[in-house]
Amino acid sequence: MGTADFVEIVVKSLVIIWALLTGFAYMTWFERRVIARLQSRVGPNRVGPSGLLQPLADGVKLMFKEDIVPAEADRALYLLAPLVAVVPAIMAFAIVPVGPSVTLFGRTIPLHLADMNIALLYFLGLGSLGVYGVVLAGWASNNKYALLGGLRASAQMISYELAMGLAVLSVVMLAGSLSLVDIVNAQAGGRWFILLQPVAFLIFLVTMIAETKRAPFDLPEAEQELVAGFHTEYSGMKFALFFMGEYIAMIAISGVAVSLFLGGWRGPFAEQVPILGVLYFFVKLVAFLFFFVWLRATLPRLRYDRLMHLGWKVLLPLSLANVVVTALAVVARDTGFFGLW
Amino acid sequence: MSAQFVIFGLLAVTSVATALAMIFSRNAVHGVLFMVGNFAAVALLYVLLGSPFLAAVQILVYAGAIMVLFLFVVMLMGPEPAPLWEHIPGQRPLALLFGLLLAAGLIAAVNVEELTGVPGIMSQEVLERLGQPTALAQTLFERYLLPFEVTSLLLLIGMIGAVVLAKREKHELQAERAPREGGAE
Amino acid sequence: MKPYAVIGAFLVIGLLLPLMTVMAATLLSPRKPNPIKQDIYECGLKTVGETWVQFKVQYYIYALIFVVFDIEVVFLYPWAVAYNQLGLFALVEMLIFAGILLAGLLYAWRKGALSWV
Repeated sequence: MGTADFVEIVVKSLVIIWALLTGFAYMTWFERRVIARLQSRVGPNRVGPSGLLQPLADGVKLMFKEDIVPAEADRALYLLAPLVAVVPAIMAFAIVPVGPSVTLFGRTIPLHLADMNIALLYFLGLGSLGVYGVVLAGWASNNKYALLGGLRASAQMISYELAMGLAVLSVVMLAGSLSLVDIVNAQAGGRWFILLQPVAFLIFLVTMIAETKRAPFDLPEAEQELVAGFHTEYSGMKFALFFMGEYIAMIAISGVAVSLFLGGWRGPFAEQVPILGVLYFFVKLVAFLFFFVWLRATLPRLRYDRLMHLGWKVLLPLSLANVVVTALAVVARDTGFFGLW
Repeated sequence: MSAQFVIFGLLAVTSVATALAMIFSRNAVHGVLFMVGNFAAVALLYVLLGSPFLAAVQILVYAGAIMVLFLFVVMLMGPEPAPLWEHIPGQRPLALLFGLLLAAGLIAAVNVEELTGVPGIMSQEVLERLGQPTALAQTLFERYLLPFEVTSLLLLIGMIGAVVLAKREKHELQAERAPREGGAE
Repeated sequence: MKPYAVIGAFLVIGLLLPLMTVMAATLLSPRKPNPIKQDIYECGLKTVGETWVQFKVQYYIYALIFVVFDIEVVFLYPWAVAYNQLGLFALVEMLIFAGILLAGLLYAWRKGALSWV
């Protein structure tokens, strides 16, 4: 690895982290404004034009807030938990290609950080590590609500992880690769996998909301029964880190969903004009993020037994069946059973 | 000294240190976390050895699934320290024996060429290829078909055992808990 | 090797972000602890009893079944990647594999292990 490579990696990492941070800040603004609209309110509009400086104000406020640590908390784990909640979410974005290669200063720079042949397993692995942030927060706080929230969250996340893994699997079968770059390339020419795998797309859509613990799957932080669940005892910047983790996870998982099912950055003329590709990716990403907000404003929270029922008795068998059907269809295609495909 | 060697040294120290910390930590939850750290360090060692697939599986299955199970067990047991009696008489010498047998088997499998002169299954080139998912699939689904299917039977037995044990435990727990004030959810 | 070195560098930079924000907040924020403030929150009342009570065994059952299926899904990944090259025979192999595990799922289902009570 030469110096130029090293500089490229550092610059790209910083750009990704900056983009995720800005995305997180403006996602909070976007969510509050959109939900306000859906509920016939105005939402934050005082700080700056249309309230655009609101995230900044919130950030500054949280910086100066006292960080209260409960006397009986497990102090080391209490600090570790928010870090564990944020870092896997940031890391997950490393595999998402946001555009085709661009040429800058005579170097060809691919617009993704790392192209691995196990990218999707890396993504699922990070998702499974994300469980620890929540469960540790609940345990370290030494608070009944927090512990219950953490436990609920971990059971929920593992229940939906299987269906998500199987939904991803059926896309992998079509693309023949675990690399998101290869999967996006396999969708060239408008052959988006949402058309070939509508069921897998729906399963992924449901599981991605459950994995990020967003409404209607926000039982771990149900404010009415668990007073915010696993982060009840958190305040100040550590509290903000949990939010950062949640929103960055939403952005990262949406990025993966766009790459898996909506052709990633691909669209008309994206290959000739790389900036168009980035724009397409951004538009698709925002569509997913809007969907997250829309659901939160529309659906009531699930009951816990219904949640488990949906995960284990509906999504898991359905995703397994989808894998089998896909396997049969691929064989039928390869043996010329359908004639045209 | 290459960068790779330095990274290996760091990871090796980390994995030994976390393993020891796991054994000696008084708090069961801390123990579980040290073990997660240990699995992560071992996964990175796999990456260093050119087996990214194995590393991902290590994280996904061990750190992401089995340790969550352990965490639940710790939470399920509650704050009282677990009794230290042995369920199966003589399990320590047996464990030692089986451990040694496993180690001998592994060493023989890896060094079969040096020991017998016959190139074994785990030759250098196979080991180099095996890290990639495609090569792994070909080995798994063509050469080791029967063991693969037997694995599913083992998993099935594991699942049935889990359900049976859990059912019994559930009744015992409920019977035990009934006179007390009900615990949390 | 290269993508993994990149991931390693990204991990270091990614760790710095939350650490730096927490450190900055520690420097900037006031710190005036008192026993009442540091109490555990429980709807305004004094906390009652231990936090760490025994939990439902159902969480544990889900985790056990999850481990079994997680291993299955992991086995399916290399199969899915190489599916185009493995051909019809691999399909049959996988159907047997998944079928045996499906039997396990049905068993757990019938025994009520999947129901939250």
